[in-house]
Amino acid sequence: MSIEVAGVSKRFGDFVALDDVSVTIPSGQLTALLGPSGGGKSTLLRIIAGLESSDTGTIHIEGTEATHLPAQKRNVGFVFQHYAAFKHMSVAKNVAFGLEIRRRPKNEVRARVDELLRLVHLQQFAHRLPAQLSGGQRQRMALARALAVEPTVLLLDEPFGALDAKVRKELRDWLRRLHDEVHVTTVFVTHDQEEALEVADEIVVINEGRIEQVGTPDQLYDEPANDFVMSFLGPVTRLDGELVRPHDLDVLDHDRVLGATPGTVTRVVRVGFEVRLAVRTAVEPDVSVVLTRAEARGLGVDVGSPVWLVPTRGATTVPVMPRATAG
Amino acid sequence: MSTVVTRVPGRVARRRRSPRTGALGVTSGLGLGVAMLWFSLLVLIPLTAVVATTVGGGWDSFVAALTNEQTAAAVRLTVEQSLLVTAVNVVMGTAIAWVLVRDRFWGRAALDVVIDIPFALPTIVAGLVLLALYGPGSPLGVDVANTGSAVFLALAFVTLPFVVRTVQPVLEELEHDAEEAAASLGATGLTTFRRIILPSLAPAIAAGAALSFARGISEYGSLVLLSGNLPLKTEVASVRVLTYVENGDPAAAAAVATIMLAVAVTVIVLLDVLQRRVARRG
Repeated sequence: MSIEVAGVSKRFGDFVALDDVSVTIPSGQLTALLGPSGGGKSTLLRIIAGLESSDTGTIHIEGTEATHLPAQKRNVGFVFQHYAAFKHMSVAKNVAFGLEIRRRPKNEVRARVDELLRLVHLQQFAHRLPAQLSGGQRQRMALARALAVEPTVLLLDEPFGALDAKVRKELRDWLRRLHDEVHVTTVFVTHDQEEALEVADEIVVINEGRIEQVGTPDQLYDEPANDFVMSFLGPVTRLDGELVRPHDLDVLDHDRVLGATPGTVTRVVRVGFEVRLAVRTAVEPDVSVVLTRAEARGLGVDVGSPVWLVPTRGATTVPVMPRATAG
Repeated sequence: MSTVVTRVPGRVARRRRSPRTGALGVTSGLGLGVAMLWFSLLVLIPLTAVVATTVGGGWDSFVAALTNEQTAAAVRLTVEQSLLVTAVNVVMGTAIAWVLVRDRFWGRAALDVVIDIPFALPTIVAGLVLLALYGPGSPLGVDVANTGSAVFLALAFVTLPFVVRTVQPVLEELEHDAEEAAASLGATGLTTFRRIILPSLAPAIAAGAALSFARGISEYGSLVLLSGNLPLKTEVASVRVLTYVENGDPAAAAAVATIMLAVAVTVIVLLDVLQRRVARRG
């Protein structure tokens, strides 16, 4: 039981948005579709919701064949980046919409709306219009509206993309806690790797219409399938033909470690507790290294210091050209 | 640093405005003066003059003019046909605007331009066209000359663009998201139209309907040729006003004008009330 996407392709004219995508999204979990803009992740989400049709392939939602079902019949909750509020209706009416469509008894609707508004902390705003709410409140309203119909799956398309950084952080913590309470299978699209790593149980990395890797945040971060996943999930630098995270490099002031790469410090920038170095080695470009303030002081590095670089024990490294070699 | 710099002018501007609520700056005072003067010259003074002429003629001549069988029939016909045409325009105009905005078909750009022609054409030319098409020598075999349908047809022709042109831009700006949200919540196309789209369009439809009705009750040129101006049958209020003026009875003409003014105001107010109702519903 889950969302099963099999062999889905979608073109818009000449542009290939999705290229033979197959993925299984587990039930009851919070899954992130992560990737750069234009990579096809929103298209995949909209195809799952039935707001877009795929050219080929099939969609199963919790065991039900949904490929040709219209959006109305998929019982999917959808939350849009720009809220998609019904502007002329009060917050309570917005949340009640799906229930009224289903012709539920009035008192049942009222009770459910009250419950949901309490869940999203909007009970005191029930009679306001969406225009009188802040962006974060509007998105919480949209979430309550989507949850009202007890959807089989909840889909969120860049739900925090239109919000400022502080509200975004609050809302994603809140979404995580909400999910722990509600347990509905949830898929959200994001291009923010920090958001995905922090909130999701499972991450699907999508790039150029293809799935690069599926895994837990730890798996993706520690065992990236290729250089794209590695560089998309965090900062990387290149040492001896391998990608490595700048904070996973040891800087030595001697050459007694086998395989250490010699170089010269060309730049030292201190930002708060960390010190960023640029080290020139035999190959271009310069290697960037991040040290703590204490490490840098202990080494006594400065511009012009000769140093030797080696990946820390247990560091994740990926060969620079894995596509040609890795399957 | 930058927050301090950007905050200061905002605070000053607010302080400059707030203590003198009700008082206007020089420019906006001038603006209001010019607007009121222009509005008075063009609208208030002529309207007052019409009402004054009516009052000047005395209550008896006012009643006499309106109880005149021919005048009453003309006013009734004008109002009835204008209401009917407005109702048709509300439906057809919205449908045409919908097709122009949402559908992509061959000739859409041409249709978009053609919509304005009934409005842009000198009304008497429109009258000639209608007479040629639907008059005695109709190439289509449809002869509605000298009938009530002639009035309806002429009004429908000249008022076609109003609802289309008011609804079209609103429909273009409408967010598609809200419709998709409604669909994912289980709403059918019809329900989405009734509860999500229509409330957003209501103000524009009402504005178009008001324009269309106002144009309808004042129309003269496009219908005189085809309707034949038969007393008690196809004569409209504007023709009646002209007859009174030509017969040297300005007070009676003003009486009819005043009634039409009252009708126009009533319908515009009713449309606004209706529009607010629909816009709030959902």
